[in-house]
Amino acid sequence: MWLRVLALTIKEFLVLLKDPRSRSVIIVPPFVQLLVFSFAASYDLDDIPFAVYDEDSGAQSHELLAGFRNSRHFHETDSVANDGEIAPLIDSKKVLLVLHVGPTFSRDLAAGRTATMQAIVDGRNSNTAMIALGYASGIVERFNAQWGPSRGYPGASSRLETRAWFNPNLQSRWFIVPGIVGLLTLVVTMLVTALSVAREREQGTFDQILVAPFRPVEILLGKAIPGFLIGLMESSGIILVAVFGFRIPLLGSLLTLYTGLVLFLVSAVGVGLLISSLAVTQQQGLLGAFMFLVPAILLSGFATPIVNMPSWMQKATVINPMRYFLVILRGVFLEGASFNVLADQFWPMAVIGAITLIVAAWLFRGRLY
Amino acid sequence: MSDRTRDRIGGIRPLFAGGMRLRGLIRKEFKQIVRDPSSLAIAFALPVVLLFIFGYGVSLDAEHIPIAIVVDEPSADTASFTAALYRSIYFDPIVVPDMIAADRAMLERRVSAIVRLRSDFGRRRRFGIAPIQIVVNGVDANTARLSTGYLDGVWLKWRVAKARDEGGNPSVPVLISDRVWFNSELESRDFLVPGLIAIIMTLIGALLTAMVMAREWERGTMEALLATPVKVGEILLGKLIPYFLLGTGGMALSVTTAIWLFHVPFRGSVIALFVVSTLFLLTALGMGLLISVVTKNQFVAGQTAIIVSYLPAYILSGFIFDIRGMPAVIQFLTHFIPARYFVAILQTEFLAGDVRSILIPNGAALFATATIFLGLSRIKSRKSLE
Repeated sequence: MWLRVLALTIKEFLVLLKDPRSRSVIIVPPFVQLLVFSFAASYDLDDIPFAVYDEDSGAQSHELLAGFRNSRHFHETDSVANDGEIAPLIDSKKVLLVLHVGPTFSRDLAAGRTATMQAIVDGRNSNTAMIALGYASGIVERFNAQWGPSRGYPGASSRLETRAWFNPNLQSRWFIVPGIVGLLTLVVTMLVTALSVAREREQGTFDQILVAPFRPVEILLGKAIPGFLIGLMESSGIILVAVFGFRIPLLGSLLTLYTGLVLFLVSAVGVGLLISSLAVTQQQGLLGAFMFLVPAILLSGFATPIVNMPSWMQKATVINPMRYFLVILRGVFLEGASFNVLADQFWPMAVIGAITLIVAAWLFRGRLY
Repeated sequence: MSDRTRDRIGGIRPLFAGGMRLRGLIRKEFKQIVRDPSSLAIAFALPVVLLFIFGYGVSLDAEHIPIAIVVDEPSADTASFTAALYRSIYFDPIVVPDMIAADRAMLERRVSAIVRLRSDFGRRRRFGIAPIQIVVNGVDANTARLSTGYLDGVWLKWRVAKARDEGGNPSVPVLISDRVWFNSELESRDFLVPGLIAIIMTLIGALLTAMVMAREWERGTMEALLATPVKVGEILLGKLIPYFLLGTGGMALSVTTAIWLFHVPFRGSVIALFVVSTLFLLTALGMGLLISVVTKNQFVAGQTAIIVSYLPAYILSGFIFDIRGMPAVIQFLTHFIPARYFVAILQTEFLAGDVRSILIPNGAALFATATIFLGLSRIKSRKSLE
């Protein structure tokens, strides 16, 4: 039996790698995308462009605004002289934020009252707006803490001491790059498996395999092993780049990581082959690949957390193998999570893999047209 | 094309004949579309289904963040702070007995932050500054930042209320009053849904046309088409027009879903949206056609479509990751992603209105990308024929 599986596997590798275009599509883009996306996908913002609308021009407003001017998060690009100039600057996205200091600012402070600074922010990207406002209130808080107590304002009687575990500087990249490992592994596996049976059906070569003395399980293995091996090799390469190129800490054990990777690949190959054996034409195979890939990635917790979803949708994501793999990747990379802590992530992928592979094998025979 | 039709065309003026031939090709394409309904599914079902799922599923608004509270020695002070945390819509607190239990809850991902009030909290508040220890799980840096921001807000409100209760002067020197334009509630859905439309239309464009020319080559029907008097441009137009009509339908459905189901405000004009969407659809379809013409092989065309359409549009378009936060080199690269221009326009059209300084440069860029992709498809297909 294994000789026949080997023969099929070799044939499948030849089909995938003999065509130079197909070969380069499978190998080159994932690494290019790893580099580009790892730098691109970030929620961190530096140099937020802002404009100042200072109607007070007192020493105090200068001192407060200096906090913004010296911050690495902000970059002053314009100044505003009247209300009418604010809208064009924000509308055209020339600035994200306009800081408006009213004419009574110094007077209020001199009288020991609370002075207000207005922050007008472009909300078209609500997350960016929230981050900018967060940095802004941090700067104002520091100003208050330094400036207030010596001038008769009551000091705070408590303070927050915030620490972040696992990612002390809160760098998005540490969160995103392990995610990209999962993303690209999934894409590569889909590229190799999702169209492969449909193509043979369309070209008629699948009939030849079916009439040859192969058992369905052998045909299945012959299709699954190449996808699995290519996925394994590429994701190993990607993990190497993540660790040595991007210097993402890998705290956990490789054994745990690779247990997760192997199970994820089995489930991804299973889904790919299921799509492939359901599709009659390659057009349908491509549609199926997208129909799986797009939700699997958007609803995996890669960029937007699963806990933010409505609860019915959180429940629906249990069928998404990607969600488990992302927890494993981030857990092993950043938290040093142990095998036991991640056990709940392992078995669902094994179940998904088993079901999809069995159904795919059954469909190989069942759909002979 | 049957002999009968060709004879009929033969007697008519050439220009008119071109129109007739084109009509024949379009009719043929429509028949193929109806026969394999996957194209119809792509154009009409896919946008609505995807927008429905993602509109609900893709959100950056963190609410009910699970946090663990450790109170070493309960007192009136700690009780009022804990109560403030319970009142906040952003947190779902649980009280745990000690730091060991809190650490375990964090490692098992049952909570994403720990708030700890030490045993001398009340005393140190009266004689100095009492620290409130906060530990957040920093793995998801963005959510961690949001959580600390919300904790900051809860703390500030508690502080002011406490100072007032204790008869002190609660005033701080400077307060920020923020005014968020275009999205005053800071709902992430309002900015994500317009971007999602751009992603979905990118996929649809690629899916609709990436296979069609390659299929004709692979099945040998391209030779049959070439043997007839149709011109190359007519073949391409015959492919483009039916799928353009399908794509426009899909776009209209998406916009309707966004407004009616997700209540995303639409503050721009329908005409501007229509013009820009047309340009973007032509770009997306042109990209698919180009892939199809260049590869001439459905398998490779499908693989290429997956690689070049989805992930770049997802990550490099500004749909979720702000382009302003990217390194300069990557910002430059995003100019090659047509979805980038469409996302910028859609976010502005939906939330801000017809802003000329956004519409004109991005619209011009889309016009350029449409011209380039369609022009290249034309040139490449001519070459491959000769």
